[in-house]
Amino acid sequence: MANTPDYNWPPMDKRRVIGKPYKRLDGPSKASGRAKYCSDLKPRDLLFGVYLTSPHAHARITSIDTSAAEKTAGVKAVHVVSPAGTEIQWAGTEIAAVAATTEEIGRDAVRKIKVEYEVLPHLVKDDDLSKAGTRAKAAGEKLVGDPDKAFQEAEAVSEGQYGIPVVTHCCLETHGQVIQWQGDQIHVFPSTQDVTHYAGSLGPNLKVPIANIHVRQDNIGGGFGSKFAPDSWGQVGAFLSQKAGGRPVKLFLDRATEQMIAGNRPSTYAKIKIAGKKDGTVTAWQSESWATGGFTGGGSPPLPYIIDTIPNQRLHHTSVSVNAGPNRAWRAPNNQQASYLTCSALEDFAAKIGMDPMEVFQKNVAYAPSARVETYRYQLQKAAEMADWNKLWHPRGQGGSGVVKRGLGLGFSAWGGGGHQSQCRTTINPDGSVLVEIGTQDLGTGTRTIITQVAAETLGLAMGGIKLMIGSNDLPPDSASGGSTTVGGVSSSTRKAAVNALAKLFEVAARALGAQPEQLEAVDGHIRVKDNPSKTLTWQAACRKLGTTKISEMGENNPRNPGGLNTSGAAGIQVADVSVDTETGLVKMNRYVAVQDCGMIINPRLAESVVYGAVIMGISTALFEERVMDGQTGRMLNPDMEFYKLAGIDDIGEIIVHLDIRPENDKRGIVGLGEPPAIAICAAVGNAVANAIGVRVPNIPMTPDHVLAALEGRNA
Amino acid sequence: MSSRKDPAGFSRRGFIRGVGLGSGAVGTGLLEREAAAAPAPANVAGPGPVAITLTINGKPLNVTVEPRVTLLDAMRNYLDLTGAKRVCDRGTCGACTVILAGKTVYSCSVLAIDAQGKNIETIEGLATGNNLHPVSAAFVNHDGQQCGYCTSGFVMAAKGFIDTHPNPTLEDVKHGLGGNLCRCGTYMGIRQAVVEAAKEMKGGKNG
Repeated sequence: MANTPDYNWPPMDKRRVIGKPYKRLDGPSKASGRAKYCSDLKPRDLLFGVYLTSPHAHARITSIDTSAAEKTAGVKAVHVVSPAGTEIQWAGTEIAAVAATTEEIGRDAVRKIKVEYEVLPHLVKDDDLSKAGTRAKAAGEKLVGDPDKAFQEAEAVSEGQYGIPVVTHCCLETHGQVIQWQGDQIHVFPSTQDVTHYAGSLGPNLKVPIANIHVRQDNIGGGFGSKFAPDSWGQVGAFLSQKAGGRPVKLFLDRATEQMIAGNRPSTYAKIKIAGKKDGTVTAWQSESWATGGFTGGGSPPLPYIIDTIPNQRLHHTSVSVNAGPNRAWRAPNNQQASYLTCSALEDFAAKIGMDPMEVFQKNVAYAPSARVETYRYQLQKAAEMADWNKLWHPRGQGGSGVVKRGLGLGFSAWGGGGHQSQCRTTINPDGSVLVEIGTQDLGTGTRTIITQVAAETLGLAMGGIKLMIGSNDLPPDSASGGSTTVGGVSSSTRKAAVNALAKLFEVAARALGAQPEQLEAVDGHIRVKDNPSKTLTWQAACRKLGTTKISEMGENNPRNPGGLNTSGAAGIQVADVSVDTETGLVKMNRYVAVQDCGMIINPRLAESVVYGAVIMGISTALFEERVMDGQTGRMLNPDMEFYKLAGIDDIGEIIVHLDIRPENDKRGIVGLGEPPAIAICAAVGNAVANAIGVRVPNIPMTPDHVLAALEGRNA
Repeated sequence: MSSRKDPAGFSRRGFIRGVGLGSGAVGTGLLEREAAAAPAPANVAGPGPVAITLTINGKPLNVTVEPRVTLLDAMRNYLDLTGAKRVCDRGTCGACTVILAGKTVYSCSVLAIDAQGKNIETIEGLATGNNLHPVSAAFVNHDGQQCGYCTSGFVMAAKGFIDTHPNPTLEDVKHGLGGNLCRCGTYMGIRQAVVEAAKEMKGGKNG
């Protein structure tokens, strides 16, 4: 047995493929419209599934009659999801579903289902804790040090109230799947962030052996944390297919249902008091927060965020249960809320003592985990330079005498992002072709491209020499794409599988070259003896020596022992530069600077795209997005994309990304980037608005209504 | 609801007007019974399925859909042209963008029957063999897509925009592409892509 293979990443200066800005491999298929998403599939005899959902936020179903729907010509199956007696806890709950030969027939048929409800009292609004009554559950007090004493002895105390509302994932491809249940076999094409585990979640409910469930997904139209499980629609689609004699059924949510039930980010509101010294050092933190993530309430985000070793703290959190769709993981769960609340309070403290927040942040990042303190200090300085902070920042409210005021604001972030459990199989064929297989998925983050880069680098081949298969549960198991762990997981498993396969090829090639396997290297399509380039075989010639036997080797990333290939921990500092029209309340983004900590970067072009995307999504939530609930009817008032607003191409200003690619960061191995840059935007934008107009706008989003209310000193 | 009680009760006059007598899709039985049908307002088709012809990327395609079916749903559900995506389904997001008689439209907000007799350009018609259209190529070059679900619509909107604005500045692009939304946040790449594509198409390489 040879020594343990060397899986380490090649040194920065030796890399030929890793670290290069290759264009994403699936770009041409997407930009030409040829890429097929599961919602595009139209197998033979396809039936269209349509849901009937509850118009009431809280109700008990007293009767349900589907007979008229069943008799409708073209309807092939009806399935009751919520039978009589079911208590509904949010509007949009799935009541029944039909499968029909056309979508139009299906829509007509669900309208013929007669449902009688006993309507029960509801609570859907969470912004006013005093109105939550028995739906509010206090979590108890958390105490650190002696906050009472610290507040009494403080040189300065600032306080404020801040809120960040429920926002929805608003994936462009709604949740759903095409599914066919025939005999004891199920073929399913879901829109999912977890190809590997989908069957294991679906199987037990349907009592079908997991081995008989075949999952396939080539492309997914957005997930952002909301598409991990098969959900009720996976199961309901399967039942419809079975009832319809095994015909495939396409059941994707309509837009309104998507917005109501298929994922949202919990709100958090808080009253926060900070005590500190006039030199900017915070000495005490007190917060009373509340949150909702739907019927099950909402936990506390980690407060105080990042600066969590403030010596004196008192924290109260209250969970509020409301009758609205349940929350799901949302691109760095709890971190946007925590960052917004903490950075807002810190900025208000800086304004209270008349200090530049850049200095106050510099001082107080001393309370961050020790390993990151110097990173934050470096990043604050870098961000200040990139944003022209010293030139453009002014004390709060001194933005000139004009109607339009400019302001700058800061936000910080922290995230983990190690590599998830992943297995890869790398096959080298006697004709020189290479197949890399992983049961993962590409959410648009560039997973396909980076796997191919790692395999090409390791095998000394060009990108075109690698064939990659992902998106099926027949492939070696991977994990869910969540927590920014995909790039670390798949790159490490691919590296190991490719090194292992290459070691086998070296054994064969060594004999032909009259050398020892450990003397060989794979470079530029050749297998050659290190330091003796005359002893060389082309890749094809080396592979021909395999005769008729292919090499097929596995590689695994174990998150508990990543072997230096990947790690976690990504700090970030961001600065927003905004202009606010004090007559209309309109906030306009000028510039946005994102200084992002990172590890080894496989593809700087795609890494930069991910940071742009995270920042743009953040700007969208900071300026526009809010799930608006109607207290009277209990329904979401904006379950669409017109009144649930997303930022457009002209709403985002200029974005400047600094990825901190340095040898000392590169040595850490791979760190995921999907979530870290998505955290601090509400914080930075909120602070920039306060800096511009001189008053705090408490609640995100920074809409004209909220801005004008703050300027006029009224609540909004 | 009542409109579906009698599936044979649609207006033959409107039906025939809708599909055009020359289409050959009208059965003689229907013509014979037309005399017995109640007088109907002009230009009424349906509510049952009607045979129509859509001219998509220069090719006539026959399809039978109810008059309420949108151009988007006709393409996706009946013709298997799935480049255009159904996202908001209410004329907001632009994922379903096509070019109808030279005009950029949301295909979710056009009825299929109203799209007859006009050329419909879709993303499927852009590429020439294996060569990407310059707009698509520019989206690839500038990484103007992530999940890609908005991309077809953006590419078509960009194509329509460049057709009418051959020399756009970056500022023009920011206004001109304001009718499309992306959730992954690919706008930085798209801005550059549209400017590059316009230059490329002016060069006459592919346009």
